[in-house]
Amino acid sequence: METTIDCCEGLSSVTSRRSLLLGGAAFAAWAYLPKFARAADGRDPRLVVVILRGALDGLATVAPIGDPDYAGLHGSIALSADGPKAASMLDNFFGLHPAMPELSRMYREKRAAIVHAVASPYRDRSHFDGQDVLESGFGGPGRVQSGWLNRALEALPKGERVVSGLAVGPTTPLVLRGAAPTVAWAPVALPQAADDTAMRLMDLYSQRDPALAKALNAGLQLDKAATGDDMKPRPGTNGAAAMRLVARGAAKLMSADDGPRIAALAFDGWDTHANEGGATGRLAQLLGGLDGALAEFESGLGERWRDTVIVVATEFGRTARINGTAGTDHGTATVALLAGGAVKGGRVISDWPGLRPANLYQGRDLAPTTDLRAVFKGVLHDHLGVSERTLADAVFPDSAPVKAMKGLLG
Amino acid sequence: MARDSQAALVALNRFGFGARGGAAGDFVNAASDPRGFVKAELGRPNGVPLEIPGLASTPALAKAVFQYQFEIQQAREAASKSTTGAATESPPQGAPDAKPTQRRNLSLSNIANDMSPKEPAMQQAQNNAAAPPVETMQPVAPKPPTQQPNIIQKTYRTEALARMQRAVMADCGFAERLVVFWSNHFCISASKGGLARMWAGSFEREAIRPHVLGRFADMLKAVEQHPAMLFFLDNQQSLGPDSRAGINRNRGLNENLAREILELHTLGVNGGYSQDDVTSLARIITGWTYAGRLGQLGTPGTFVFNANAHQPGAHRVMGKVYDQNGVAQGEAVLADIARHPSTAKFIATKFARHFVADDPPPALVARLADVFTNTDGDLKALSMALVDSEEAWKAPLTKIRSPYEFLMATGRLLGRIPEDPGRYLGGLNVLGQPLWSPAGPNGFPDSNAAWAAPEGMKLRLDISAQVASRLADNIDPRDLLELVAADAASPETRRTVERAETRQQALALLLMSPEFQRR
Repeated sequence: METTIDCCEGLSSVTSRRSLLLGGAAFAAWAYLPKFARAADGRDPRLVVVILRGALDGLATVAPIGDPDYAGLHGSIALSADGPKAASMLDNFFGLHPAMPELSRMYREKRAAIVHAVASPYRDRSHFDGQDVLESGFGGPGRVQSGWLNRALEALPKGERVVSGLAVGPTTPLVLRGAAPTVAWAPVALPQAADDTAMRLMDLYSQRDPALAKALNAGLQLDKAATGDDMKPRPGTNGAAAMRLVARGAAKLMSADDGPRIAALAFDGWDTHANEGGATGRLAQLLGGLDGALAEFESGLGERWRDTVIVVATEFGRTARINGTAGTDHGTATVALLAGGAVKGGRVISDWPGLRPANLYQGRDLAPTTDLRAVFKGVLHDHLGVSERTLADAVFPDSAPVKAMKGLLG
Repeated sequence: MARDSQAALVALNRFGFGARGGAAGDFVNAASDPRGFVKAELGRPNGVPLEIPGLASTPALAKAVFQYQFEIQQAREAASKSTTGAATESPPQGAPDAKPTQRRNLSLSNIANDMSPKEPAMQQAQNNAAAPPVETMQPVAPKPPTQQPNIIQKTYRTEALARMQRAVMADCGFAERLVVFWSNHFCISASKGGLARMWAGSFEREAIRPHVLGRFADMLKAVEQHPAMLFFLDNQQSLGPDSRAGINRNRGLNENLAREILELHTLGVNGGYSQDDVTSLARIITGWTYAGRLGQLGTPGTFVFNANAHQPGAHRVMGKVYDQNGVAQGEAVLADIARHPSTAKFIATKFARHFVADDPPPALVARLADVFTNTDGDLKALSMALVDSEEAWKAPLTKIRSPYEFLMATGRLLGRIPEDPGRYLGGLNVLGQPLWSPAGPNGFPDSNAAWAAPEGMKLRLDISAQVASRLADNIDPRDLLELVAADAASPETRRTVERAETRQQALALLLMSPEFQRR
C-alpha cells in the first residue's frame, strides 16, 4: 500500500521534464580555459566533480563482502559475491554494486579506483551542513560563500574565456561557487523572449539593479553549444535517464576545443532511509544512472577521456546496520569514486577499519580512516598542478595536516 | 490623506502578493495606511482557513486513494496472470501515479493562455500554431490515449487551484504569504509518492492554516501527527525494536522524522541536540502512524497511536527524561521543544529572512525571538510584531519574489483568476518551484542566490514575454505601472515601459522590472 516511490519517478504529469532535470541534476563549469604550466607536455586535463546529495550508502555501493560483519549489518539489502545479481568483485574483499557494469569495466581497465572509509571533516549528520562542508572545503559548516573547486581555479593561470555553452542552470553547486567566474548549463527547450526585449531589460537593470543585471546577463548567454537536437529531454525521462542526459550534455561541452575543462555536477536523491533495496531497487536505479553518466562522459569526451578525472563524492555515509525499514540512516564514512583515463585505477584504496561493533564510529557507522580532502588534494595537485601550499591554505583552509594522497593518477 | 508610495510598495510586495489590476485600488489603499492595510487580513475571521466545497478531509481523500491504489494493484495482478504466455500484448492500462498516462502540456504559451480572457479552446489552437508545445518537439513517441487524470492528479490540481485562487483574490495577501511561509517551513513533498501528492493540500489546510495565527506548539503537534508528514518522513514504517510489532517483524527504528523535527522544524541544526536525542525522539514517536486501507487501527487516513509499534520505556531528550506512556510521551517532548530558546531563535531568523532580507537585521531577529518566547509561540503576535517593526519598513526591497510569488503577482495584476491550475503549475515547474514538491525536507530555498540566478532570470523573462504576447492587446502597460508602483516607480522603469516597441514588450518589461520583481 505505502509504496515509497523514488523522488524522480514520483514527479508525475504535473512536473515538466525540465524541472525534473533541474531538480535532480545540475551542471556548472569554469568560464575560462586554464593555461596549464604543463601544456608543453601535451596534456590538456579535464576534471569533473560529481556531488551526490543525500548521502550515498558506501557499504552498498562498494560492499566489503569479505568483512565477516558486513552481511549481518546490511541484512536484507546486503550484496553477495554469488547468485544471479552478484556484486562484481573488485578484489577478494570488495564487491561493486551490480548496477554499475560500466564502472566495473573501467576498474578492470585500470581507469577507475575506489577510495573507501572516507569522510569529510564533518561529523554530525545534517545533510545541509554536511554538503556545505563537503563543497566549501572548510573544516566546518557555515561557510557558504565559495567552494573549494572555485578557489582551486582561482589559483590556476587564467587562459581565454570559454565562449561556448553558457545557458545556465538555476543553481551552481556550492563547490564551484565563488570569485572565479563560472558558467552553467541545463537541458532546456523553451520558447525564448526576443533579443530586443532582453536588451532593453538589460539596460534597465544596469541602471537600476546591478545584481539582476549580472544574473540576467549570464542567463542570456546562449546555450548554443549545448543544445543540439539530441540534447532535449525525452518523454519518460526518469532520474537515471536525467543523469545520463546531463552528463552527455556536459561531456559535449567539455569535449569542444574551447569548452570548459573543469566542471561540477550534482545529482540528488541518495537519502535512502526506507526500502533502499539491495542488488535491485531504489539505490540500484540511482547507481545505474550514475554508472550511465560515467559512461556518457567516457564516450562524449572521446580523445579527451585520456586526460580526464571524474571524482564522485557525497556528504557522508549511512549507518552500517540497516534500520527498521530496510533502509539506512545518516552515518559517517562512505566511498569516493574516481574514474577517467588519467586515473591510476584498478585499486580499492582503503585503510579498512572493519565492521566489528567496537570498530564502528559511535557504534553505528563505518569509521572514517581517510580524509576526503586528501583525495581532492591529490587530484588537484597531480592533475591540475595546484601547489600543496595553496591547497593547504586557500583551497582547503587550515588543512595542512591533511596531506594530498599520492599516486592517484598515472 | 497621507500618501506614502514607498511604504505602499513594501505593504503590497514585501508582505503581500502585489497589487491587483482593475479597480481594486490596492496601491492607493496601501499608500494611505500601509500598516493597517497589511494587518487588516489578520483581523478577519476565516481569513486563513480554506474551507470551500470540493475540498475533502484527509480521511476522505485516504479512502479514495486507498481504493484507487487497491484497484490498480488488483488490475496489475490480474493482468500479469492473464498475460503469462502472451508477452506480445500491450501493457495494461490504468497506470499508477508514478507512470502518468496523460502528460500535461507545459509550454509557456499555455501559462499565458491560462491567464487569457478568451475561450480556452480557441487559444489552445492558436498556441499550437504559433509555438509548438514542448511535447511536439520531442522525438516521436507513441501518444498515450487521452485519459482522465487519475484521482491523485485530480485532487492535487483541485487543491492547487483553491490555493492559487485565494492568493490571486486576497486584498493584500499577507495571510496567504504566512500560509506559504509556514507550509514551506513544515514542508512535505508531493513527489514522495501518491499519498503525499493526494494529501499535500489537505495537510496544509488541516495542519498549517488553523494555526497560522495560533500557537506554534499547536501547529507543531498538528504537523507531526498528520498522516502526510508521517508518510513523507517514513514514520509509519518506524517500529520500536522492542515493541511487539518490532519483535514479530524483526524491523525497527527509522530516524528520519525525529531528526527533521529537531533539525528543521524546531531547534535548528545548531540548536543543541545530539545524535542520542535524535535516536531517543525516534523511539518516543514509534507508533505514531495513520490507519491504512483496512482500518485495523482506526478510520483509514487518520492519525493513530499504535501501541504495538511503540518502543516501551522512559527516554531522555535534551537532558530531560520522559516517562509517560503512549502518545503523551511524544507530545510532551514536542511541547517542550516548541518553547525551547533555540526554536525561538531559529523561527525568528527564518521569519525575518523570509520577509525582510537574506541577512535580516539582528535587532529585529532578537525582538521577534523575544515575542515568540514571551507569548509562548503566539504566531499572530509574531506576525504583528514584524509588521509593527521599523526594520520591515525601512529595509530596502532587496529580495526577489519566489516563482510562486511572481506568478501569483502576475495573475493579480492581470486580473486573471485561475480556472485551470495546469499552466500555473507548469510555470512553477519551469522556474524550479513545483508546488508542494521541494527537493528535500528543508523546503524551497529562501534567498536571492536561489531565485535571482542566471537561468532563473532568463526563464522569468521568457515567461513574461509569453504572458505578455497573449494578454497585452487590450491593456495599457502604462496604466498597469500606475497600479503596480505609481510614483514609486523609478524614472528608468517608467521610461523603459513607455518607450517599448509594442504593448507586448512593454508588459514583459513591466513584469520584469525591479518594481515588480523585488520585494
